[in-house]
Amino acid sequence: MIYVVIIFLWTAILLYILLGGADFGAGIIELFTSKGNKDKTRKTMYDAIGPIWEANHMWLIIAIVILFVGFPKIYTTVSVYLHIPLVCMLLGIIARGTAFVFRNYDAVEDDMQKLYTPIFVYSSLITPFFLGIIAASAVSGRIDLQANDFLSAYVFSWLNWFSIAVGIFTVSICGFLATIFIIGQADNESDRKFFTRKARRTIFMVMFCGALVFLSAYLEQIPLFNWIFGDTPGLIAIIAASISLVVMFFILERDKPIMLRLLAGFQVSMILFAATYSHFPDIVLLKNGTNLSLLTHQGQIKTIESLAYALLIGSIFILPALFYLIYIFQKRKDIPSDH
Amino acid sequence: MDDFLAARLQMAFSLGFHIVFACIGMVMPFFMSLAHFYWLKTKNVVYRDVTKAWSKGVAIFFATGAVSGTVLSFELGLLWPKFMEHAGPIFGMPFSLEGTAFFIEAIALGFYLYGWNRINPWFHWATGVVVGISGLLSGILVVAANAWMNSPAGFDYINGEYLNIDPIKAMFNDAWFSQALHMTVAAFVSTGFAVAGVHALMILRGRNVAFHSKAFKIAAVFGTIAACLQPISGDISAKDVAKRQPAKLAAMEAHFHTERNAPLIIGGIPDTAGKKVDYAIKIPGLLSFMATGDFNGEVKGLDSIPKEDQPPIGVTHYAFQIMVGLGMAMVGLAILYFIALWKKKQWLNSNWLLKLFVIATPMGFIALEAGWTVTEVGRQPWIIHGIMRTADAVTPMPGIAYSFYLFTGVYISLSVIVSLLLYRQITMVGKLYDSSNEVPKS
Ligand code: HDD
Ligand code: HEM
Ligand code: HEM
Repeated sequence: MIYVVIIFLWTAILLYILLGGADFGAGIIELFTSKGNKDKTRKTMYDAIGPIWEANHMWLIIAIVILFVGFPKIYTTVSVYLHIPLVCMLLGIIARGTAFVFRNYDAVEDDMQKLYTPIFVYSSLITPFFLGIIAASAVSGRIDLQANDFLSAYVFSWLNWFSIAVGIFTVSICGFLATIFIIGQADNESDRKFFTRKARRTIFMVMFCGALVFLSAYLEQIPLFNWIFGDTPGLIAIIAASISLVVMFFILERDKPIMLRLLAGFQVSMILFAATYSHFPDIVLLKNGTNLSLLTHQGQIKTIESLAYALLIGSIFILPALFYLIYIFQKRKDIPSDH
Repeated sequence: MDDFLAARLQMAFSLGFHIVFACIGMVMPFFMSLAHFYWLKTKNVVYRDVTKAWSKGVAIFFATGAVSGTVLSFELGLLWPKFMEHAGPIFGMPFSLEGTAFFIEAIALGFYLYGWNRINPWFHWATGVVVGISGLLSGILVVAANAWMNSPAGFDYINGEYLNIDPIKAMFNDAWFSQALHMTVAAFVSTGFAVAGVHALMILRGRNVAFHSKAFKIAAVFGTIAACLQPISGDISAKDVAKRQPAKLAAMEAHFHTERNAPLIIGGIPDTAGKKVDYAIKIPGLLSFMATGDFNGEVKGLDSIPKEDQPPIGVTHYAFQIMVGLGMAMVGLAILYFIALWKKKQWLNSNWLLKLFVIATPMGFIALEAGWTVTEVGRQPWIIHGIMRTADAVTPMPGIAYSFYLFTGVYISLSVIVSLLLYRQITMVGKLYDSSNEVPKS
């Protein structure tokens, strides 16, 4: 049963990165789009993410609930020592979630839009950045349970080059997912060309940020290289991701949006797989060399069992409904809604 | 400000903020679906317009409820790590089921908001109903978690360890039923009165009267029926509290001495040092009757509870008075409204009835916040009643005061923006939604 829970946890995180990430990316590319093209990008993006927008961030909640019910020690350790980046991420979530709705539902279009849009755009950047920092800090071995001054307990637990690089990398992944996604939403040839060009640029950006992560890991003496290339499954995952990236480059110009999305999803899953496989089941590495493991720090049997059943039963309801939602709103050429 | 106090206030503000949006997100979909139903049945466009206008409101409230709820699920750990470390695995069941309910709600809302003219009209309508039902379910589930804090169950507490955990038993704890019932009814009362009040104001101002009258009626009927049920459910809650948390009941009533034939104390200023309540109205025997069902039943007073286990008396007492007072006021208004509906149709067109509804706009929500204050402050000094003290649960991280100021600022600005947005939705009704209006719609 514990494995059912762990698979759900992993999948929830992955889906949050993929779906939520594409959605953060929407804001990020809006930020990096020249003035003239902003409206086009925004409108295309909004049409695509509007209906599934609320559902996307539910994955984060599912992951948190799994953590605090099933792995309370891990949840509380992270909450205590990474309090500051968590609060920053929450501020980003609040700002973004509300600004998105406000700018789409405000009855009057006027100067308020000038307020909502920057809030939306910048919080789209901040949220994944801190998400990356939190994830990196969990494994960078800087959380020090014995620390007795504020800085080393609550600040240096997360403030280091590696975490920052992973934060930037996460932002670039979101931008990447969004640009690949948006190609399929373009309804004319010139838009498609425009978005394709953008996609090519973000792919280089991701590779560059990935290199930064390795560089910073080297500087901070984090054995990232060993983790990822050290064991066969991780290595295979990385090779598969690289091959698919090459394939992606080849078909970028052709009109194959679904294929592109699948490839992008595959690459991100492989990166997450390689990054988590190497130290599974440990998910928090502490400074004193001990680890918090999903297997040894799990809740009592009954808790895990009922959690697993709750998740299984829940997914019977959720998944078909979610797929149907996505399916319906992908059939684009319908009568436009009269909103 | 000391960190412990800051953490408590931050939790209280976050919940107090979230609950408003959660309640509206739970109840509005029912109003909206009813209006939608009338539209599908009667093809009277006013109902369609009302439905659309309300659905915008639901979207705004849902999003704000969703982000504030997300913040809460982190805050439990950020502020109360010691509590979550032990409580998470025990009271987590409702939260994990709630995840499903939220998800369904979010998916159904996606269908609903974007489904106009795209999906089968009745399927579209049904997704609106699903939004409401899953919202209610999630409300009931979180309250089960809160009830567990009042009435811990589903584990054995041996030498400081939490053994033999049974999440199902923990979920169906003793306080669960009375709290979930009272909360659900409260959500209908507060949303019903708030929505009715706003539309009543617009009718009084003579704007889009046909539109606002239909909207007013739906909200008012829901709100007033719920208001009449509330005292009954409140009575069940009071009996329940008397059994499981005598200290809370004593603080609610500022009831200092254990006695038989205890009086119900209404209003007054509790004098903790002199152990009496000044300037209060006392109805002999009524408290005994409410708590035990017998005018001569014994009600435990604060004197039977060690000083260090007593909740703050003032706050709990005043909050309780406010809740019950407003509850009774709303019952009064409900009765007038029913008389108007059945016997005195002419009242319905008179301004004074509408004015009363305008005055009652915030009453439900004030009662709701007061009620939660009773429940939460009345549970002090415990975070898990009888098991863990709140002071032992707080995070070791210093500087929570800053986090409190920060979040308070965020919540205040969000409240301002949401109010502004609603104001603009309402003033734009004529232009955006009311197609019976002369202005042609593009
Ligand atoms: C519209 C809101 C509203 C109204 C009109 C009332 N209540 Fe209430 N009350 C609540 C909203 C509420 C609440 C906010 O929803 C609480 C907090 C926790 C809970 O379960 O419900 C609550 C709690 C609460 C409790 C404590 C329950 C506990 O700690 O488990 C009692 C004893 C009552 N109520 C009793 C009453 C009585 C006798 C009322 C008579 C009119 C009344 N309430 C009206
Ligand atoms: C939504 C309505 C709720 C409101 C308005 C509310 C209000 C409050 C208030 C006023 C306090 C401060 C009490 C004090 O420190 O004296 C508090 C504390 C707290 N509440 Fe609630 N509460 C609500 C629901 C819940 C629920 C559903 C849970 C958990 C599942 C919860 C968990 C807590 C915790 C953990 C604390 C901090 C510890 C404590 O002070 O007891 N509350 N809340
Ligand atoms: C500690 C207490 C609480 C926590 C941790 C919590 C958590 C959450 C979370 C994570 C969400 C977001 C779900 C989404 O994205 O749709 C949410 C929304 C919601 N919560 Fe809470 N909640 C708490 C208290 C309450 C209470 C007391 C109620 C009601 C009685 C409530 C009712 C709801 C509802 C109905 C929603 C759906 C959003 C909407 O319709 O606006 N929650 N809550």
